[in-house]
Amino acid sequence: MRRSRWRLPLRVAVLGYLALLVVLPVSTVFYRAFQHGLGAAWDAMTAPDALHALMLTLLVAAVAVPLNTIFGVGVSLILARHRFPGAWLLDALVDIPLAVSPVVIGLALILVYGRTGWFGNWLAAQHITVIYAVPGIVLAAAAVSLPYVVREVLPVLQEIGTEQEQAARTLGAGPLTVFRRITLPNIRRGLAYGVTLTTARVLGEFGAVAIVSGAIAGRTQTLPLFISASIENLDTTSAYVGAVALCVSALILLLLLTVTDRHREAWHGRAAA
Amino acid sequence: MSIRVESISKRFGDAVALDDVSLEVPSGSLTALLGPSGGGKSTLLRIIAGLDTPDSGTVTIEGEDLTDAPARQRGVGFCFQHYAPFRHLTVRRNVAFGLEIRRRPKTEIKARVDELLELVGLAHLAERYPSQLSGGQRQRMALARALAIEPKVLLLDEPFGALDAQVRTQLRRWLRDLHDTLHVTTVLVTHDQEEAMEVADRLAVVNHGRLEQVGTPAELYDHPANEFVLTFLGPATKLDGAWVRPHDLTVHRVEDGRPAGDVFEGTVARVTHLGFEVKADVELAGGGTCWVQLSRGNAAELGVAAGQRVWVARSETKAPDRFPVLSA
Repeated sequence: MRRSRWRLPLRVAVLGYLALLVVLPVSTVFYRAFQHGLGAAWDAMTAPDALHALMLTLLVAAVAVPLNTIFGVGVSLILARHRFPGAWLLDALVDIPLAVSPVVIGLALILVYGRTGWFGNWLAAQHITVIYAVPGIVLAAAAVSLPYVVREVLPVLQEIGTEQEQAARTLGAGPLTVFRRITLPNIRRGLAYGVTLTTARVLGEFGAVAIVSGAIAGRTQTLPLFISASIENLDTTSAYVGAVALCVSALILLLLLTVTDRHREAWHGRAAA
Repeated sequence: MSIRVESISKRFGDAVALDDVSLEVPSGSLTALLGPSGGGKSTLLRIIAGLDTPDSGTVTIEGEDLTDAPARQRGVGFCFQHYAPFRHLTVRRNVAFGLEIRRRPKTEIKARVDELLELVGLAHLAERYPSQLSGGQRQRMALARALAIEPKVLLLDEPFGALDAQVRTQLRRWLRDLHDTLHVTTVLVTHDQEEAMEVADRLAVVNHGRLEQVGTPAELYDHPANEFVLTFLGPATKLDGAWVRPHDLTVHRVEDGRPAGDVFEGTVARVTHLGFEVKADVELAGGGTCWVQLSRGNAAELGVAAGQRVWVARSETKAPDRFPVLSA
């Protein structure tokens, strides 16, 4: 076969690429994190600033991810199920965070929510601090991760069409029942993937968060900012341990996604014939 | 239970889907909405179900005006052309759906679903997913699902449209038998006149958003209200400026002498063998062409062949003015 001559070099090239870009650097991080023993790593992770950064990152994710999940499903439903003037504009707007540098997003948020921004006076009157505080970080993280759920769910909604939903309606289902029992199970797979991507982006976001948070250690420092600061302070162990914490979060996510996938496989008819 | 549709009009943008359509579907009947694709028949069915809203007109089911009622409150069973199976649910759960959301007791649901699956012959496939079924099986599952809620009326949108010919013929008979058992008022949309005539006891011909004619298959076939119904329902050919059914014409050899009655001279232009029937195109001496449908035996007996000179006559059993209003 002609193909077989190329199979080996192709595999070597692909695996080599993967190794050089991902496997090698990431394993080096793991190695360096535990280079001075588990005790040192544990101490670095439980240091107040590191712990605060981890908790803050998880808090931001806990707020931003559900927000973008609800928003993403809502926008997808509107774009897939309704025709209205300006739909194309909404469709395009959703992608802006992917197209524009996160730093620009961060700056734009300061212009709107900063003390001298559009809502600055009003927010100050309500004693709400957005920029250089946790709400700003949530906003920035939510803004940059906005498209992921829409981009995963919208194609699925368009593909499944509306007939199942119509059938459910004729069988007596109200709008909520239709969504819960028909639409949601159908988009679950895409939604799970969209939520995973959103979470990964929220956990790892650096640029936009760096701009709006001010990166104050122990107050507005998320894990990526903590890692960056640690490197600047030549506190390499802390940096590597923080990096490992990020990696582990991502791995847990991937595992969760795989489990959901397995669970879903049956009704696509791939499992049994 | 009867359905009454009165003065329904519906536009999609500039396109008129339905133009002042009124129709009564008698209780317990199986009525076919018959017409070419894009004629508006599916839209009418969806309006009855509440899946589309009419621009004007009313929909009454069992004497109750349901024009503004949402689909879920109408108590109609609807089957889609592509069955719309719930892909994430087993056959059993698909059929149980309407009962589950009505929060019926589990034992009752199970008993009813078992009964329905037995009825549609899917009891052995209850735990399968729709993707593991054939087209015909999916259609029967969709029917069982629609029947589970004990609908007042059953609406079927091109139910056999996506099936291959053999399965389609089987399912037609099966549906007719099912209707004779259940007597649910049923409206079926189809573009296949043979299917409509075989399954339905009443036909409503819809074309260009208008209702052309309503009646039994025999009434429409023998007394079509206009040229469209005549030509859509079966073969038709023109003789002496008037429409006739090609099987109402007879062919006679010139050498056998001129038959009595209304007779036209002509030459056979082409003979086509279609299995059980033979189609003969005849060029008429007085100008124009017509075609005659012959039985195989009849054709062989006469030795019909291209170039042969023949007499074409209207069958004696048929009145010469078959379609008086349609003379052109």
